Amino acid sequence: MNVPILQMRGITKTFPGVKALQDVTLDVNRGEVHAICGENGAGKSTLMKVLSGVYAHNTFDGEILFENEPCAFTSINDSEKRGIVIIHQELALSPYLSIAENIFLGNEIAPRGWVDWRKTNLEAAKLLARVGLDENPVTPIQHISVGKQQLVEIAKALSKEVKLLILDEPTAALNDEDSNHLLDLILHLKGQGVTSIIISHKLNEIRKVADAVTIIRDGKSIETLRLGGGEGGQGQITQERIIRGMVGRDLDSLYPDRTPRIGEEVLRIEDWTVQHPQDHSRIVVHNASLHVRKGEVVGLAGLMGAGRTELAMSVFGRSYGKAVSGKVFKYGKEIDTSTVPGAIAHGIAYATEDRKHYGLNLIEDIKRNISMAALPKLAKRGWVDKNRETTVANGYRRSMNIKAPAVSAITGKLSGGNQQKVVLSKWMFSDPDVLILDEPTRGIDVGAKYEIYTIIAGLAAEGKAVIVISSELPELLGICDRIYTLSAGHVTGEVPISEASQETLMHYMTQEKE
Amino acid sequence: MSALRESLGFLASRLRQVGIFVALILIVLLFQLLTDGILLQPQNVTNLVVQNSYILILAIGMVMVIIAGHIDLSVGSIAGFIGAVAGVMIVHWGWPWWAAIPACLLVGALVGAWQGYWIAYVGIPAFIVTLAGMLIFRGLTLITLKNQQITPFPDELRALGGGFLPDISGGTSVLEWLTVLLGVVGTAALLFQSIKERRVRRKFNLENEPLAWFATKTAFIALLMLAITFLLASYRGTPIVLVVLAALVIGYSALMNNSIFGRHTYAIGGNLHAAQLSGIKTKAVTFRLFVNMGVLAALAGLIFTARLNSAQPAGGTGFELDSIAAAFIGGAAVQGGIGTVAGAMIGGLIMGVLNNGMSILGLGTDYQQLIKGLVLLLAVGFDIFNKNRAGGGSSIAKRFRFRTTPPAAEDATPPAEPVAVPGDRTPSKV
Repeated sequence: MNVPILQMRGITKTFPGVKALQDVTLDVNRGEVHAICGENGAGKSTLMKVLSGVYAHNTFDGEILFENEPCAFTSINDSEKRGIVIIHQELALSPYLSIAENIFLGNEIAPRGWVDWRKTNLEAAKLLARVGLDENPVTPIQHISVGKQQLVEIAKALSKEVKLLILDEPTAALNDEDSNHLLDLILHLKGQGVTSIIISHKLNEIRKVADAVTIIRDGKSIETLRLGGGEGGQGQITQERIIRGMVGRDLDSLYPDRTPRIGEEVLRIEDWTVQHPQDHSRIVVHNASLHVRKGEVVGLAGLMGAGRTELAMSVFGRSYGKAVSGKVFKYGKEIDTSTVPGAIAHGIAYATEDRKHYGLNLIEDIKRNISMAALPKLAKRGWVDKNRETTVANGYRRSMNIKAPAVSAITGKLSGGNQQKVVLSKWMFSDPDVLILDEPTRGIDVGAKYEIYTIIAGLAAEGKAVIVISSELPELLGICDRIYTLSAGHVTGEVPISEASQETLMHYMTQEKE
Repeated sequence: MSALRESLGFLASRLRQVGIFVALILIVLLFQLLTDGILLQPQNVTNLVVQNSYILILAIGMVMVIIAGHIDLSVGSIAGFIGAVAGVMIVHWGWPWWAAIPACLLVGALVGAWQGYWIAYVGIPAFIVTLAGMLIFRGLTLITLKNQQITPFPDELRALGGGFLPDISGGTSVLEWLTVLLGVVGTAALLFQSIKERRVRRKFNLENEPLAWFATKTAFIALLMLAITFLLASYRGTPIVLVVLAALVIGYSALMNNSIFGRHTYAIGGNLHAAQLSGIKTKAVTFRLFVNMGVLAALAGLIFTARLNSAQPAGGTGFELDSIAAAFIGGAAVQGGIGTVAGAMIGGLIMGVLNNGMSILGLGTDYQQLIKGLVLLLAVGFDIFNKNRAGGGSSIAKRFRFRTTPPAAEDATPPAEPVAVPGDRTPSKV
């Protein structure tokens, strides 16, 4: 009992300007299911990439012992040879190839270079039986559900004679039934001697399968809890304990002072339900209702997969999901936001969490990005007044403090903070009544964050209704007047700022609702 | 010293635009030498303009389609089809030219609407739709012509292909004065516009070209225009197609730079998702682009038919490739979002001068195709090379760049502030 299979000691991994991991320690015993918990961005995935050789051994400090032997992996192939297999959140399967082909992809049963199909399919069928998947090995991957695809990934790992299986958010994309089946399988494999590391922040799942939990926060390993407080562990696995570990940090950035002047209700969303665009059995947002008032900053808190972005984008012109039901009211009157131009015309703006793919035209300059959503405001009979456009853009460059040589600078060359200011300028110029800001400070340094908070405070002071989606709880606590929490598509809480703390929010964010 | 450095830095950052211009001049000089001066003889310059006009007109529409991130392989077949339609209308049915020309442009618009519907609203990739169109409209051309050419056309239509503006001196003068007048006025207008533009940019505190480069470039273009004016005026004056072409280039450049439609086209090609989320009606813009392409292809077909004085079953074959090549040589990006009408014109002229010069030298189509293919490959290859170098590596140009780009961190986690690289992945949630 309690024989270590993996010991990671003093792992420090630095990216230009940031310490992603700092002196992290991880001990995993043979035959246990070890969960790794932490907020978004805490460093969980980086740690797994260090372990699996995605980051070569000379790019980080610290040592890794696997089965008591030091490891010096330079690629994922090296770690797989030792029996460490990682299954990523986004599955690495080829949709048009069969299950069997995918299982043996890169590892084909092919004596003398020719694939032995009979043996391939036979072996695949045996592996499928082990993971409890009743499918024909020749079925193309795209014809089976995401949950089953996850099982194929595990079968693929088993084909490599896995000793340590790493699952990164394995249930994030699954419905409840598939999630339960997967968790059962992990326990079943544990019985067969496979050690697993599971990255998750679904606390009920962790309680169900984990023998030990290591909590990572801000790139540091905080503590390891073991079932029954066993050897090497520091206490019982309880939800409260995990939450405390995940959020217990000092507020390290400051927020501008503001005195909210909250007026009438501007936007109300009622019974909003959104299905996953491909998999209709998955409901991404369940009967969500929320509202925001004039001059108010409302936060949407939730862990990954809670449905925050999906909620916002489906309201903003059905940009996410096709099957959407529910009503949107503005000043008490129902409005139609089923197209993006319609939503914009009703005074709604949505600044995306992914500015490079959905927010900016990176090959175009600042002024043209700022004018993109409201070009008709600058035009007469279809012709754009470029001088006015430049004047407007120069105005935002000054007021938003966009650091660039001129508004004719290409946005792709700006830093993240300045790009975000361009996105915000674009939406401010469209003069909306409601702004939905999705992760407005992601990928931005601390100084620029403060500027963004100031801009948000300014918007509220102007009488705009602002909804902020953020994964950083201190940020929400610092700038919001009221915070909704989402968990697995449900609105699980509505907390006025006076009653909000990281612990209460995290409690609601991890609450299950049937 | 600092002025020189500034100019060099600017040239390095605009290597592509400057390079293409220099390439055109070098190619002209090369063939001027190889052909013992025949290339720039007045008659040949006139020929060069008339011969390439329809490719240049197609290139205008093509570069717009390419900027939006699409492609059109069917323009050659559409041009041939419209030639056939014009033949039937004018020669068989006896329609007057002033009725037939708008009717043909309308047919072109309908053809464009047909293709635009499949591309924009059904969502079939433009490559497939227009590949089908290439076959469909070639087939319709053959059916319309019953596999035989239609000829002759009335003089009024033929003037569109080979006519000239009237000579006001009645052929007594060495130089044709109307052409001189147009050339001088045009050059003056260009100078005025360039200087005004520069003033506006300074006033609004925008980045400006270094003065030395601006002066050299503007003076050079002005001289070039005057030289072409002189050459045309000492032959038969201004070809009518040149007037049409000039009007189109000016109109479409303005459209692409200053109109909502043009700006939405760039936005769609630059980042489709961002354009959609900014409320741009991307489908309607795409649809209109193809309608426009259809009209321009019809116009090119009319001019081509007028020049040959016959509607031919194989008319327009290969036009799509020349116009696509013109757009790409002229700096349009394969992924969309980048390109200019003016660039496409220079690209088209490079192809035209190559064609014309090699024909004078007596090189067969075999070698012509070989060389044109290599030029296209090199031009786009240069682009890619330039882009890759901008991403890292060492070069003279790098010293003058705004900022160097560190290789994007592979990992998602660190909330660092990396300098953005177009196309690189945003950190995902962990």
